[in-house]
Amino acid sequence: MDWTGLAISILKALVVFFMVLNTVPVLVWAERRGSAFIQHRLGPNRVNIAGFTLFGLVQPLADVVKFMWKEDYVPAHADRTFYLLAPLLLLIPAATMFAVVPFADTLELGGRVITMQVANLNIGILFVFALASISVYGIALAGWSSNNKYSFLGAIRSGAQMISYELALGLSVLGILMIYASIELDGIVRAQGELLFGVLPKWGIVTQPLAFILFTVAIFAESNRLPFDLPEAESELVVGYHTEYSAMKFALFFMAEYMAMVTGAMLIVTLFFGGWQIPWVSSEALRAVVGPIPAVLLQLASFSAKLLFFLWLFIWVRWTLPRFRYDQLMDLGWKTVLPLAIANVFVTAIVLILIR
Amino acid sequence: MPVDPKHVKVLDAAVVLREGSTESWVERAYLLRVAQGLGVTLRNFIKNLARPSRLPTIEYPEEKRDYGYRFRGRHYLKKRPSGEPRCVACMMCATACPADCIYIVAGEHPDPAIEKYPVRFDIDGLRCIMCGYCVDACPEDAIAMTKEYEWASYNREDFIWDKEYLLTWRDEKIVEDGYQPYEGEIDKHRMSRGTL
Repeated sequence: MDWTGLAISILKALVVFFMVLNTVPVLVWAERRGSAFIQHRLGPNRVNIAGFTLFGLVQPLADVVKFMWKEDYVPAHADRTFYLLAPLLLLIPAATMFAVVPFADTLELGGRVITMQVANLNIGILFVFALASISVYGIALAGWSSNNKYSFLGAIRSGAQMISYELALGLSVLGILMIYASIELDGIVRAQGELLFGVLPKWGIVTQPLAFILFTVAIFAESNRLPFDLPEAESELVVGYHTEYSAMKFALFFMAEYMAMVTGAMLIVTLFFGGWQIPWVSSEALRAVVGPIPAVLLQLASFSAKLLFFLWLFIWVRWTLPRFRYDQLMDLGWKTVLPLAIANVFVTAIVLILIR
Repeated sequence: MPVDPKHVKVLDAAVVLREGSTESWVERAYLLRVAQGLGVTLRNFIKNLARPSRLPTIEYPEEKRDYGYRFRGRHYLKKRPSGEPRCVACMMCATACPADCIYIVAGEHPDPAIEKYPVRFDIDGLRCIMCGYCVDACPEDAIAMTKEYEWASYNREDFIWDKEYLLTWRDEKIVEDGYQPYEGEIDKHRMSRGTL
């Protein structure tokens, strides 16, 4: 048994998990402060530790304390088993999906090759989609077991929305899979390191611009955020499927939503923006100049910078666009995004045949 | 089922807008508009991020809004030079009060020139609507208002201000005068208060 390898795997899993988990409070902070500045407000700036507010960054800590000490209430009319199961069904897929996302090129240390990825599964992107579809069960069960009409309406909407956009999500990625001839995310990122016509980085955004737009729209819909936040539409459904949840169980829903957002942004970066690739700088060149460990750190920084931009995009769009009406949502999904995705697959296939 | 003709017209207009839209496909693709919208929010975000001090927010406990000189805050009773209330328990304020929040019990004053004085003078702060009619009604210039509005308390009893409290609270707390009896031209009034 390779104990060192196992230890490294566990360490990687822990580091990545806690990195993503800790992105959640930072994102909540960015969301609240960012929205405040967009709307000419100040946002949370009162909570402090010994006088230090850190621009309001202490606020999430206070929120966590609040979540922990609030009454953990289960409504009498709820279906207890499923009510308790639902947040887990939503959180576990959200916390597992980024296992296949590579953060940097492989690191060779003491004769051992370490992949900067929790698990290099050969099914790659399919693993992500499979887990993403499980999270629908979490929402549907939460709505159903709460035995509350608003929760139920939110769950139904969410189910319909996620099924509609999952098709578009899968189809929009097909073009990418055909071009880079790989289904593993690591292979896709590696293929994006090449240059197109010797000048442009061969990123997904360059080769598949339409797919990028469709994929981004579908990811927004999948993560239930504005302008597609019909499942939780505050003005209509209280907060939709998690209306009846309180304390830490509500926090789990909250975390799942933000982690799904992180995963979505990671996928956009990995598929369309070259993942950890630094434009015009190959891993070999980087390793030769700065050494193996700084090279990995630089690539990690590149990945993080791209990731942060897309996380900000999620927040930015939320405070810009109003919510779609339900029929508009279905119109967009079935009559626009899906046909365009199919057309994109055909055009990509034809072009690939012609090139070959 | 009878249909309101006005309603039909609105629906028709909506259909026309949808079907016969003159927007080009670029505009219908919605993405251009999305980009424009994102531009607007980003501009505001950067503007406010660069100069947070320019935001209109007033950070309340440290910073307070400057209300006008006629602000109607908590009442106080004015005193004679001797320290007694100027009030002669004429019930004008209690009669004028639309919220019926002033309770006065009159007593005989030893000085025949004064005749009456309030044995009790209670104002129920929770009933009061801060209209200032009591100040207008007073013929003796005995009741006036301040700019005090921070009255939070944990029990209802604290909001019933009795005669002693109304006479003394203003001396114990530094607070600006608010709504006062009208003394002629407004400008003269303001000048005398040093607010003009």
